[in-house]
Amino acid sequence: MEKSTGLNKKEKKKLARILIALALFAAVFIADKIVYLGGVFEGPAAWVFPFCLYLAVYLIIGYDVLWRAIRNIAHGQVLDENFLMCLATLGAFSLAIYRGVTMPENIEGFDEACAVLLFYQIGEFFQDYATGKSRKSISALMDIRPDYANLKRNGGVERVAPEEVKAGDIILVNPGERVPLDGIVVKGASSLDTKALTGESLPREIGTGGEIVSGSVNLTSQLEVEVTKEFYDSTVSKILELVESAAEQKSKAENFITKFAKYYTPIVVGVAVLLAVVPGIITSDWSTWIYRALSFLVVSCPCALVISIPLSFFAGIGAASRYGILVKGSNYLEKLNKANIFVFDKTGTLTRGSFAVAKVSPAAGADEEEVLRLAAIAEQDSIHPIAKSIAARYGKPAAGGYTLTNIAGKGISASDSRDTILCGNAKLMAENNIPYAAERDTGTVVYVAKNGVFIGSILIADEVKPEAKEVVGALNGMGCRTVMLTGDNEAIAAKIAKEVGVMEYKASLLPQNKVEEVETMLREKDAKDALCFVGDGINDAPVLMRSDIGIAMGGVGSDAAIEAADIVLMQDDLRGLPLAKRIAKKTMAIVFENIVFSIAVKVAILILSAVGLTNMWVAVFGDVGVAVIAILNAMRVNSKYAAKAKRAAAKA
Amino acid sequence: MKKVYKLENLDCANCAAKMERAINKLDGVNAASVSFLSQRLSVEADESRFEEIMDAVAKVCRKVEPDCKILR
Repeated sequence: MEKSTGLNKKEKKKLARILIALALFAAVFIADKIVYLGGVFEGPAAWVFPFCLYLAVYLIIGYDVLWRAIRNIAHGQVLDENFLMCLATLGAFSLAIYRGVTMPENIEGFDEACAVLLFYQIGEFFQDYATGKSRKSISALMDIRPDYANLKRNGGVERVAPEEVKAGDIILVNPGERVPLDGIVVKGASSLDTKALTGESLPREIGTGGEIVSGSVNLTSQLEVEVTKEFYDSTVSKILELVESAAEQKSKAENFITKFAKYYTPIVVGVAVLLAVVPGIITSDWSTWIYRALSFLVVSCPCALVISIPLSFFAGIGAASRYGILVKGSNYLEKLNKANIFVFDKTGTLTRGSFAVAKVSPAAGADEEEVLRLAAIAEQDSIHPIAKSIAARYGKPAAGGYTLTNIAGKGISASDSRDTILCGNAKLMAENNIPYAAERDTGTVVYVAKNGVFIGSILIADEVKPEAKEVVGALNGMGCRTVMLTGDNEAIAAKIAKEVGVMEYKASLLPQNKVEEVETMLREKDAKDALCFVGDGINDAPVLMRSDIGIAMGGVGSDAAIEAADIVLMQDDLRGLPLAKRIAKKTMAIVFENIVFSIAVKVAILILSAVGLTNMWVAVFGDVGVAVIAILNAMRVNSKYAAKAKRAAAKA
Repeated sequence: MKKVYKLENLDCANCAAKMERAINKLDGVNAASVSFLSQRLSVEADESRFEEIMDAVAKVCRKVEPDCKILR
């Protein structure tokens, strides 16, 4: 079974070849150590026997490398990994032959030449395996691609590819199936698992008329869905496209590495040539110096770096996507790590963006219930958010039978045969000469009076998100500057700012002022600072695009946000922010480790080889061993952040 | 116009970087990116000559890594 080992056919074949070559090599090597193969035949051609045995093993393990080297030279690719490896090992063979001819009493060196290629192949195998495995484990996180849709057509149900379904078609989604396309439920009620999309583990309830997002899994019962978007416009395609193309937006670290790689190989090869020639001429001890130069060639491939750095970023993006955080490119992960100015839009980001009753203050002799009941009667026909919030708080249907009169700019009067209810702002009270207790807290205040007697007041305010304070506190704790922008007046802004704990706020801003504010901050910040704007993506697209990193929240279903932002928090939960920053920090730490570790090991091996303290065995480790270690290190990015966040929260 | 292609048998990260550099040097290519991890090639090039440019792209890819195929 392919699944049990995780190897594909090509990898299995290669593994078999490596094992055979390893066994043969061990046999020849042990025989050589026990009976000394160089002594089997006498005379000046005694080296031929061990040479032939080792060469046979060499060809078994390395024929493909040789073939690629030859082919690539034909294409003009001289500094190619295969070619350099062949040059190093064939060079080592030649040196061993030379020594065998000149000193027939001590024949050695063939084993080393053969082993270098053998270990090179083993290393390459591990490298491929580890990269393939990590690639798979990351793409499994993003395994939200639906395979089929149950299309209702001509009275029956057909199973078709999601691409074939058109907007307006009706599809069936059975329990356990993945929702293939975005749509609206026309029949049935169920709960949906949106974990793969948003990282939210609680199922979401949905009923007729509810919007359903592709990529979520239907849990309990069958749903009939009218498709609203074709597959390529559906949320799931958008997300997949975004995450897959994230690897194309390369970070500075990646660009540095590819540039480094471009110069590294020619320089090492150049130094190798000098190392062979210059001391060779001076000391005329050619074989020693050529041997050292050949070790250089073994370390000259920069593959460890070129793989492990993008892999670290890829793993970081994958890890983030598991928590419903979509990062549009490696460069944004890099920038987010440096982000130290967080600018928040107030409405919809720090606050829920919906009005809610914050406080009910009954006058002496009245109770809360009475205030709400009267207000609900007066506001029952209004569709204003304030009226809705009162109705929501009251929670019962308002009594009917009243005649409602709108008093423009002041409020509403409601009367029946017995009572007259006045409900509105302070002006309405003053106009009717009703003494009232003025509400001191900021927000919108609704005063309620019955038959000329003040009953109480209701304070309506935008609600702060429950996690806002914790998140802003966490960011402040990380040494970030937090700023809030809002279109609300000074009093409301000051109150909210204090409540959530942002360091600064700017009030009474029109949308275009927000862009100006952000631009001013961008101009005034230091070059090393990065400004991150967090908004709900609905009307702040220009600001999202202008800032260093634009983060949009609650992205499920909102194309505009996904388009404009650099990072999208699929869930409308601010806690994704410090989480994303933690993932970015860890990714960058691992990237840094890999760069330093790989370069340091390579340089150390180069120096040690140059002075003759190491041999080719060590050099081949410097090539492939380092690559494997760096890849394994890169996979650490993909660890569990949620558990860690919880533990950190428990400690605090 | 920008198009994205899947790559098959792209086995070496350094080759991907070399391919990317070579493709970016081609006449008519505005921007190209080769990702070893997602095994994808994205090319942004002149729309009127796109097919012709892609032939040239395929040719330089073959030169760098003969095993690698662009699925188009």
